[in-house]
Amino acid sequence: MDLINFVEQAVNTAKEMPLFKSGDTITVHYKIIEGNKERIQQYQGVVLQRSGSGVKETFTVRKISNGVGVERIFPLYSPFVEKIEVNKRGVVRRARIFYLRGLKGKKARIKEKIY
Amino acid sequence: MSGIIGKKVGMTSLYNDAGKIVPCTVIQAGPCVVTQIKTKESDGYEAVQLGYDEKKPKRTSKAMKGHFDKASSTPKKKLVEFRIFHEVKVGQTIDAGVFAEGEWVNVIGTSKGRGFQGVVRRHGFSGVGDATHGQHNRLRAPGSVGASSYPSRVFKGMRMAGQMGGKRIKALNLMVFKVYPEQNIIVVKGSVPGAKGSYLTIEKLWN
Repeated sequence: MDLINFVEQAVNTAKEMPLFKSGDTITVHYKIIEGNKERIQQYQGVVLQRSGSGVKETFTVRKISNGVGVERIFPLYSPFVEKIEVNKRGVVRRARIFYLRGLKGKKARIKEKIY
Repeated sequence: MSGIIGKKVGMTSLYNDAGKIVPCTVIQAGPCVVTQIKTKESDGYEAVQLGYDEKKPKRTSKAMKGHFDKASSTPKKKLVEFRIFHEVKVGQTIDAGVFAEGEWVNVIGTSKGRGFQGVVRRHGFSGVGDATHGQHNRLRAPGSVGASSYPSRVFKGMRMAGQMGGKRIKALNLMVFKVYPEQNIIVVKGSVPGAKGSYLTIEKLWN
């Protein structure tokens, strides 16, 4: 296992990442390369889950786009993930909030955590 | 061609230069010692024998000790012969530095043993369609194997149930993704036969 850890060190995990968990609303600044042009796309939604560990960690972000639910899975340490912004801290009781998929409208709201 | 003996460490995911995730296998490759060079005159064929993995001298037979002494090497657990090999001397050490990033290799190992398996798992048969409509206990059966009056026998090589896995498998054309010569680690793209900790033979494809 140590040798696997050694190999994984090559991945840049030092990138500054804010702490976020399921239920939080975040904006992912995602780099997109079209031909030889580069631009940043912002993707804002609710975090459904964080999955995996170490360099293989990913997170799922759900948003409603034109009335249609859209989910994207981002690798946490992908070089394409420029920046993650936490917009809102949500109060949820579980680490994976898949129940949100079945909810619509007012029911699909998540209470904001107030410190 | 040249090659090396190694051990499978396990798999992970790494990012390539384009930022895409690449599934990778980490292999502890070498250091190996050239224990014998077989020649046409003395052995009837040409080959280079490599030894890998330290073995306690206590657990080595006297005959094998003599064999390793000839190459002035310590006893090794695993010996593998390579029929085509670049020029080496007996006793020479070969490490992961023979590989370069971006080149192609074949990896030979023993696949994980799956035991005695039926045709559905072993050969991907689809089984018999229905579980209901009068069907009884034929769900994963192979069906007919020899037909009736013609040919009235079972053809050779007919796929049937039997031992699955535990066989020598060669994974062809895997790309060397990373090489760490100091640690004797190579990382190849994709999967490799066998369990973690099992022995692997890595063949370098060109020169």
